[in-house]
Order: sequence, then structure tokens, then C-alpha cells
Amino acid sequence: MPGSGSRSGVSYDARGLVEPHADMPDNIEVDGGRARFDAADLTIRQINMALRQLIYNDGITDVTVLNPSSKHSLAVGILKRCRIHFEGSPGWFACGLIDGPEVTINGRVGWSVAENMMSGVVTIERSAGSLTGAAIRGGDLIVKGDVGARTGIDQKGGTIIVTGDVGINTGFMMQRGRQIICGNAGMNLGDSMYDGAIYVAGKVRSLGVDCVPGEWDDADTELIERKFRIHGLGDPPEFQKFVCGKQLHNYDALEPSERKLVIH
Amino acid sequence: MCGIAGVIHRDGTADVGAELTAMLQSMKHRGPDSTGYAVYGPADDLVVIRFVLAEPNKSTGFGMEERLERNRAEVESRLAKIGAEVATVTSDTGYAFRATIRYGGDLKALADYLEDVPGCEVLSLGSSLEIIKDLGDAQTVSGQYNLGSFRGTHGIGHVRMATESEVDLASAHPYWAYPFADVAVVHNGQLTNYHQWRRRLEQHGHRFQSECDSEIIAVYLAEYMARGLSLETAMKHSLDDLDGVFTYVCVTGNELGIAKDEMAAKPLVLFESDPLVAVATEEAAIRALVKREVETRDPYEREVLVWEV
Repeated sequence: MPGSGSRSGVSYDARGLVEPHADMPDNIEVDGGRARFDAADLTIRQINMALRQLIYNDGITDVTVLNPSSKHSLAVGILKRCRIHFEGSPGWFACGLIDGPEVTINGRVGWSVAENMMSGVVTIERSAGSLTGAAIRGGDLIVKGDVGARTGIDQKGGTIIVTGDVGINTGFMMQRGRQIICGNAGMNLGDSMYDGAIYVAGKVRSLGVDCVPGEWDDADTELIERKFRIHGLGDPPEFQKFVCGKQLHNYDALEPSERKLVIH
Repeated sequence: MCGIAGVIHRDGTADVGAELTAMLQSMKHRGPDSTGYAVYGPADDLVVIRFVLAEPNKSTGFGMEERLERNRAEVESRLAKIGAEVATVTSDTGYAFRATIRYGGDLKALADYLEDVPGCEVLSLGSSLEIIKDLGDAQTVSGQYNLGSFRGTHGIGHVRMATESEVDLASAHPYWAYPFADVAVVHNGQLTNYHQWRRRLEQHGHRFQSECDSEIIAVYLAEYMARGLSLETAMKHSLDDLDGVFTYVCVTGNELGIAKDEMAAKPLVLFESDPLVAVATEEAAIRALVKREVETRDPYEREVLVWEV
């Protein structure tokens, strides 16, 4: 019986590692193309197994997960268009490596949400931990709260929107894409960035190496207004733009999806 | 890796032993090698001493039982010689002991005198602090030392994945700030100027129980507090003096404080309500304590926060 032996619903093998065995949960309610289940007493493996079974094998396009209870690595590696709703707060590494899903999280998330996301939309209704959107390659990631340090570190495409504050080293070694920060930014904004743009409405504690104020043009206004409209964020505040000074690194500015269109 | 946790009740006592066990067990994946607690019960006029006479993995073997008994008798004899009135001496394991004494003298002299007994290491000394640590996960250690029934106002805990030193008690957290009563620390991270600070503090007469960098923080803070600084000010100083990546939680007889280094490289999540403050490396530990959805946040770089009972 999965989950036996501990109050947290997690069991461990003789080496102290998380018990790898899991059975398909039996509390899934299916209604047409929609499904929902309560994850409170399920293991991480069971939750992900249920998501994959429903989305890949059963043709379900809209799944609601109740009570994720801060468990790690939920909804990772889903490579199909679908909708996933979390009613509650997942833990670390939620929605990593996804390509296509639209995810809403009615709670907060831990570290590294949407890491390496390739496409899709992840919307978090509350705050997020550090490394939010690390190395994302595409899609939109919206956090309606504050986030920790190193937001969008190594970002390679896509858009990250934070309605609150961000911590130290936001945009560190960012290579492509956009970050729209409505609150304040911590020290070393855009440190060692290669390319892309960071928009900040609040105060910036300090700029990182080779991050400089950028020139505003109509495309910036269009981008921000469009993103705010699409995601229902109201009227955008006034932003400052920051870009790479191109003193450290300099190479082409194609995102991975654009690179595919280039004929070599 | 490693996981740290802390809890403080601002409205009276609670089952802090059971609470910390639930929090630490939910982070077992961060370190199954050893688990430690620093918990604070109601203070009274007795001094509580937690000490060990052997490492758990070296506490058996030919003649060991007799040696432990002999050394335990020697500890009691020394307590009497130094002028302490022994109220109780109990042991849950045969190698780890809890003594309560009436003693108004110098705690440093007391700790040094006891640690002269072969194998003796004083884990904690104070009017309310008790440090309990042993090998294994939180449920194992809690069961061994009956921590499920421990009631108190606040405490911290640590699950350890041994990366740079032995799997033993000396390397397990929390660390008591020898020789200062009722101060303890748990830490997640690495200090890169450990040797520099160790030499400096040793020159001031401090001794260290381990080779672990985390012990520096406890002694450093206690040294500054002994000079009259508040816990919060001492912690703020530490951000300038200690080099490396770290998040730590420090507790005194009536306070719990957290500090993050200037890179905010190590995780910590904070839940704060009027009666309860809980901090942990991962949200999962907060959820093990507070079952409902709650608002939590990651403290930022160079953030120091202190709460009082």
C-alpha cells in the first residue's frame, strides 16, 4: 500500500531513499474531458503517474489537482497541450521541462518552478521561491506575488512576469527572453546577461556586471501591453528597461524557436 | 544538502518535540545520516546538562558497558566535587545522558571539568536548552529520546547529509555555543573562512567540539552576545564577518533568529502568524506542521529576523 508507514504519505526503502513503487490512485473523478483528484494522501510518483495517464492515455485535456501539499516535482515533463490546475501549493521543481500545458497554481510554489519550460503558460496566484523560471526557453511564466533570488537565471527565451518584488541576481546570465518585474529588484540585476530585456517598475538596488539601461521603443510598449492584456493583469505601470551592455558577451539574438526557422 | 527547521510559539508551550520531528521527517531526503534537536522547555532553577560518553557507533564492544558506567560515575563525582547538587541523571541510550543539577558557579569551568572525563562531550548546558542528537532520521531519534512528549516554547532541528565530515555525533547539528548557556545554532551551507575564525576564536579561549564549519557560527554569536550585543545585532555582524553561502537559525533562551548570506544561495521558507513562527529549508516541512494552505515567503539576501517568546 503506497504511503503506508508515515504520516506524510511518503515511505522509504531500506537505504532511506523515497520508496519508488506506487499504484495508480483510485480517487480520480472523470467528467468528459475533465478530471480531478485529491493529492493530499498521494506520493509524488502517484500524482505524476495520474497526470500522465490522464493526459497521454485517456485523452483528458483539463486536470485539477487538489491539495498538492508542497510536494516536489509535480507536473514535470508534460509535453502536450492541456490544462492543469493546482488547488493549493506545490513544492519545488513544479512544472519543469513542460512543453505546451497551461498551468494555473492557486497557491504559492517553492524553488525552481517551470525550470527549462519550453512552451505553455504557468500562472501562480501567490509568491514563488528562488530560481523561478530558471533556464526557461519559451512560454509565459506569471507570478502574482514576490519571488526569491535568481529569477530567470540562464533564461533562454520566453517571458517571466512578476507582479511583486524579486531578489538578488535576477536575470543572472540571461541569454534571451524578457522579464517584466512590477516591484523592486534586488542586487546585481541582470549580472553577466548575454541578451534579452528586463523591465522593472520599482527600484533597482544595483545593476550587475554588463547590465545597462536600455532604450525604450514602441515594441517594448506593445509587448508589455499585450502581455498584461493576455494575462488579465490590468494596466501596466511605467517600466525602466535594462539590457546587456555587450561588453562581456556578444552573439546572435535568436531564440531556440526562431533558430529552427533559419536555413543554414 | 542538509535540512534545517525552527519553530517558536509566542503564546506559551506546545509539543515542540513532536512538531520538529514532523518537520524534520518531511525533509529526510535532505539528510538521513543524523538528526539533531535543540529544544527549550520551561526554565527553572536547575541547570540541564546533556552529555555523551561515547559515539553511538563506538558504544558497544568488549568492556564498553563497564567503561561507560565507570565514566558516568566519574561525571557524577566531578559534579559533586565542583559544588553541584545533582538532582537527576538519566539515559535513554546508555551513551547519552541528561542530568539536572543545582549549580551557581562558572559554566565554562563545569563543562571543561566534565569533558576531562574520557569520551565525555557536553552537548548543551543551560536553564532550559536541551540538545539531543543521534544517528538516523527524525523518527528514529525522536523515538530513542522520547521527544514526542517534550513540551516547550521553541526549538530548532537539523537533518544531516554528511558531505565533508564523519557520520558521527560530533559532526551532527545543532551546536551549542560553548560555554554560553542556552545558545544553539543549526546551519545549511559552507563557510569558506572557517579556519581564520576558528583560530581567532580559539585565541579568545574558546574550544571546538568538531571540525564542522557550522560550529563557528554558534561560538561567534555567543562571543558577540557576551560583549553585550543583542542576538539580532550579532547576527547582522556575522553577515559581514562570515564568508560563504549559508542560511542559519539561532536560538537563545527566549529568541529564535534567522540569517541569510548576501547571495541568498541557501533555501529557507518562513511562515509567520501571531502565535507561531516556523522556518524550514522546504515548504514541505511547514506543511507537516501547519496542515492548511498558508502564506509563506523566502527571506531575501542579507535578511536577519528575530522573534521572541
